Amino acid sequence: MAAMPSQVVASMPRARFAWLLLFFLGPSVAIYSLISIYPLVATMALSTYSSTSTGEHFFVGFANFETLLTDAVWSKPFWNAAYNNLKFFLVHMLVQNPVGIALAGLLSLPRLPLRVIYRTLIFLPTMLSVVIVGFAWNLILSPLWGVAEGALKLVGLGSWFAPWLGRPSTALLTLALISVWQFVGIPLMLIYAALLNIPDELVDAARVDGLGQLRIFLYIKLPLILPTIGLISILTFVGNFNAFDLIYSVKGALAGPNFASDILGTFFYRTYFGNQLQVGDPSMGATVATVMFFVILAGVCVYLFLIQRRMHRYTF
Amino acid sequence: MRPLVSKVGVHAVLGAYTLLAVFPILLVVMNSFKTRNAIFGSPLSPPNAETFSLIGYHKVLGNAHVGTYFANSMIVTLGSMFFVLLFGAMAAWALTEYKFKGSNWLALYLSIGIMVPIRLGSVAIVTMMREAGLNDTLTALVLVYIAQGLPMAIFILSEFIEQIPRDLRDAARCDGVPETRIFFEVIAPLLRPAIATVAVFTIVPIWNDLWFPLILTSSESTHTITLGVQQFLGQYITDWNSVLAALSLAILPVVVIYVLFSRQLISGLTAGAVK
Repeated sequence: MAAMPSQVVASMPRARFAWLLLFFLGPSVAIYSLISIYPLVATMALSTYSSTSTGEHFFVGFANFETLLTDAVWSKPFWNAAYNNLKFFLVHMLVQNPVGIALAGLLSLPRLPLRVIYRTLIFLPTMLSVVIVGFAWNLILSPLWGVAEGALKLVGLGSWFAPWLGRPSTALLTLALISVWQFVGIPLMLIYAALLNIPDELVDAARVDGLGQLRIFLYIKLPLILPTIGLISILTFVGNFNAFDLIYSVKGALAGPNFASDILGTFFYRTYFGNQLQVGDPSMGATVATVMFFVILAGVCVYLFLIQRRMHRYTF
Repeated sequence: MRPLVSKVGVHAVLGAYTLLAVFPILLVVMNSFKTRNAIFGSPLSPPNAETFSLIGYHKVLGNAHVGTYFANSMIVTLGSMFFVLLFGAMAAWALTEYKFKGSNWLALYLSIGIMVPIRLGSVAIVTMMREAGLNDTLTALVLVYIAQGLPMAIFILSEFIEQIPRDLRDAARCDGVPETRIFFEVIAPLLRPAIATVAVFTIVPIWNDLWFPLILTSSESTHTITLGVQQFLGQYITDWNSVLAALSLAILPVVVIYVLFSRQLISGLTAGAVK
């Protein structure tokens, strides 16, 4: 009985089966290949070319990469952006993901009243545009408005206030925390879903053995959700090394003050499109994009081959 | 006694964080309805009869382009959503249902886009769109967003299709119903619950995207609302009434839609975790 229907497909003439595949897969494969994969490959190819002011292209091999990584005019801002990007990522790993995991742990406690309200409201900022979030925080943290200062005074910490977004020493950290504030909903939801997937029997058995909720979370649930923690780590990595919108909205393409908040995304934008300080350079832009591609690829490979392979597959 | 203390503690932590998540949004919306003096004089108090003012909204809505930006965003988002769902579901169906040589490789190829952001190909995308004469058109944006959304949509929809009982399609096949009709009349209607999940992962990022409108559109008639708001805010940064009103106008539709559909969106996000 079960064999019959699949025979309908299997016994189909080859040509008809091919047409069927073409019909179902053709549009996706065509659009995806043409507009996603081809530009990626073409960008990498372009990074091995250079162009003169008259528009002539010529092959230069890896010379652009050498310039980017060693010529002080390029390498200084590049390494600055790369280093800042790493810090941006570390803030997310150390603040966003632990906070998300902790909140998910609390939200998944059994018989928690108001669960739906907490869940809905905490996820709200994640749905908003980065542009909106960036500007809103820009206003709130502005010394002109004084809301942040006023709020700190209310809790007796008025002297802590400083124009954080304007200072070179704190701009990047502040922007990273704004991004954390917005995107904490992603690890929260993925971990929350994973926690709900843990079979009741395991938790019940632990409770019978006399473990409290905190210990159940630390010793039973946390090890079981490690695969999801791996997943949110790689999602954070890819998202952060590709970030652009927030810095651009709050600080502009120059990622001030004095490039203190420059990350690879804004550096790429300036290189490709140019700005007040330099003219745009497609070849060097492609070179920066290619380097970003390899950074992200390295992260994905570490995840796939080192982290995920040790864990059984776990849907999120 | 102890359980009570810890219960209070849990609600204190969750309540405090909820406040932190909502307060900045509330603050912006609240102050957008106030006079300039009240915005600066008492930012933390809600508007009252004396301080209530809509001047910011008048200025923003008086801007001739706001309607265009909004319409553009709707066209781009709905257009991309339609094709992402249609082509994504078709591809997901073929990849899960038909076994053919190279199907695993094709699935792997299509999943590259989940992890590798399409933005990294921007240099070539801009060149390509320029050569195709699609520079500064909404079509260019829709095409890019379809390509961007497909990998994740195919991944999510495949998982949904796998959960559909085999008997359904097999019964239809025994009756000699052609494959295309099985997909469009039996399978596609069953995928409706998946739309929420696809929406969270692919549609919301499209509505909120700044990057592609920034690099692919140059005239105001093709700006999306996200780019329009970004440029408006940059221009009027000293006009606090207008800035707060523009921010609120951008926030409110998203908040209303989100609150209306939050249950579906969140259950979509936590799909598979339904107990």
